[in-house]
Amino acid sequence: MSRFAIGIDLGTTHCALAAASLEGDHRPEVLGVPQLVARGQLEARPLLPSFLYFAHDSEGAQALPWDPERRIAVGAYARARGVDAPARVIASAKSWLSHPTVDRRAGILPLGAPEDIEKISPVEASWRYLEHMAEAFDSLHGGGDAALARQDVVVTVPASFDAAARELTVEAAVAAGIEKLTLLEEPQAALYAWVLAMGDAWRKQVRPGDVVLVVDVGGGTTDFSAIHAVEKDGALELVRVAVGDHILLGGDNMDLALAHAVGRKLEAEGKVLDRLQQASLVHACRAAKERLLGDATIDSVPIAVAARGSALLGATARTELTRDEALRTIVEGFFPVVRSDARPTTRARTGLTQLGLPYASDPAVTRHLATFLARQAAALGAPPEGTRRSLLHPTAVLFNGGVMKAEPLRARLVETLNGWLAADGAQPARVLEGADLDFAVARGACAYALVRRGRGLRIRGGTARAYYVGIESAVPAVPGLEPPVSAMCVAPFGMEEGTEASLPPHELGVVVGEPVRFRFFGSSVRRDDPAGTLLEQWNSDELDELPPIEVTLPADGRREGDVVPVRLRSQVTEVGTLLLEAEPLRPLKVDERWRVELSVRGES
Amino acid sequence: MTEQEALPLATRLWFAWLCLLRVLFDPAFAARAWHVRQATALPPAAPTPDGTPPPSPERGRDSKALAPKPAERAPGTGDGALQLLSLLQREGRLVDFLQQDIASFRDADVGAAARVVHEGCRKALRAHAEIAPVRAEDEGARVQLAAGFDANSVKLVGDVRGEPPYAGVLRHRGWRANRLELPQVVGAFDAHILAPAEVELG
Repeated sequence: MSRFAIGIDLGTTHCALAAASLEGDHRPEVLGVPQLVARGQLEARPLLPSFLYFAHDSEGAQALPWDPERRIAVGAYARARGVDAPARVIASAKSWLSHPTVDRRAGILPLGAPEDIEKISPVEASWRYLEHMAEAFDSLHGGGDAALARQDVVVTVPASFDAAARELTVEAAVAAGIEKLTLLEEPQAALYAWVLAMGDAWRKQVRPGDVVLVVDVGGGTTDFSAIHAVEKDGALELVRVAVGDHILLGGDNMDLALAHAVGRKLEAEGKVLDRLQQASLVHACRAAKERLLGDATIDSVPIAVAARGSALLGATARTELTRDEALRTIVEGFFPVVRSDARPTTRARTGLTQLGLPYASDPAVTRHLATFLARQAAALGAPPEGTRRSLLHPTAVLFNGGVMKAEPLRARLVETLNGWLAADGAQPARVLEGADLDFAVARGACAYALVRRGRGLRIRGGTARAYYVGIESAVPAVPGLEPPVSAMCVAPFGMEEGTEASLPPHELGVVVGEPVRFRFFGSSVRRDDPAGTLLEQWNSDELDELPPIEVTLPADGRREGDVVPVRLRSQVTEVGTLLLEAEPLRPLKVDERWRVELSVRGES
Repeated sequence: MTEQEALPLATRLWFAWLCLLRVLFDPAFAARAWHVRQATALPPAAPTPDGTPPPSPERGRDSKALAPKPAERAPGTGDGALQLLSLLQREGRLVDFLQQDIASFRDADVGAAARVVHEGCRKALRAHAEIAPVRAEDEGARVQLAAGFDANSVKLVGDVRGEPPYAGVLRHRGWRANRLELPQVVGAFDAHILAPAEVELG
């Protein structure tokens, strides 16, 4: 029996854990996570920075109260070492976990690590963060039947994570020993947290017909979801109707942009900063940004960057960040007023990118939002006869993520959105106030663990995409022309946990004894294709190509090299992942089927 | 070194099992454990400063707070003070600032350095201590002191004579630390190193 319901926010830049005792008052409480904050110094902090540091042999063990022999450090100290020994530190493991063109089970991190480090996979990095939180929890609750591994645990993922990235998150959690696991999308967690914070009053703020747009801008990623409130059998029901693309753009980009602007001013004065000073400049800019955007009466904030030596006086570069500069860089740079038909540019930008990760090339959150709303214009079905709708029309906005604490950014986003809505003939959207932006995801995940035990309202939604397998037509090869590919739907949009799709009628041929790959596609807009639908053509923005899937039929009972006709069966597990299986048309034994691997390394 | 806190029974059982396995299969660990066993006998459980018996192992579990107990240490060891200095240096370069000769620098330089120190130390102080005025009144206000006032928290200045009650002007509100939590020390740690020397390779 579980004694706690636990929610874990496994974030790109920070993790957090909230727990509710099932014997007590069921109130989610955020855990202070013991972590190294400096060499040999342990402190409990509610946020665990998602950084992992490989200590050099000369440094000895990175002792924790529960493991005096540990060689790696997770958390605040690891983040600090990321500044002065960056090649030994893993950051943004979660972005690597959703990277489509690398082998996410292979030891690739840290990038460019020295030879003495045995590199680990993005999956293992996520596993280490979860393991640290589990050990921290157990050190406070004594393990045994209170051990985190034995509790009802909900781990959050971005709504934009595809089936493969979700499965890899599950692998990490299983490796960390978590037995009773469920996945939840972060924007849904934010809404659960808001409902929890409002108490019964939330039903006065959200009414049937409302469409809640969740805008989640975190340290490293931006994520949009739309949740529809509908009345069913006299009761209010929440249905997640749309999710956006995975956008690697967040508060870190904003701090870097500010540091870039301030660094140029210092350079103009002849002050050149080294790499470590650059890092402290970014910190100083973040603090200045929070003050300037948090208090409209402040006109400028001084920025001082100390030199690295022990001399402070005479070696500290000083400048200031004005309100005007901050607004120009952050508000105009990342939240420009644009038309609703504006689309992100794909021009490569300097200063915002880092080798390896597919960062968004357009920093404008508003342009990404316009794209999302336009793509999802039909998420609630066709508009009434005689009306025109170029966008999905949200009636309410819920903000999440630390960046959205800044009032000028919230105001700009709502103002821009309402301009689009007015032009589209819709009522303005209102803001759902009262959300706690730092810990909402962990708290909401914990609340969801309680909801699954029957306490409170559940958001429905199912899979955020429909999935398709590419079938190449057998035509004579023409140089320079790819053979035409049709896409067969194997998992329809909105499949709920614990359900199975009907078996599509089309067959695939699989060669016995060798791995066979198929192209794989996802669509967040084709919501009406039942399993088995065969698409001969589609618009380029309807289907996104995902890393290929792979199936290997063992030779037992069959001849190697034979082609066996199979059909693909899909189901969504209770955990919340997509399971694809190949079922032979002529099975040799009862219930014969083989698992199809989702996250195969892409062709990079 | 760390204080010796009693471990819960479940942890001890698990730890005993772990030790058994490692002593059997890890010769290096066995050698170290042997050494520790011979070198230091466990010190007797020390009474807390106010004379109450040491906390029972159950204490942690009854506590509502999910955060672990801050490091509690015997007064007078000085480690806590060293740790605080090290914290203020790490976050706000305080030791660097105080160790440098200030006389030859212009006020603008002092100001720039003071911003680094102030911002970092303030953040560190706020994260680890809760500091509040002793008196809530505004400075300059007239205040009354009844008989039996706490001479630790209120100092009489000026023409000090006579018997309470006193009437006077509040010149300084005073400061009280309601809470101070320093990081817990783990592993090999030398509190006398306030900041390690840094040597850049490559």
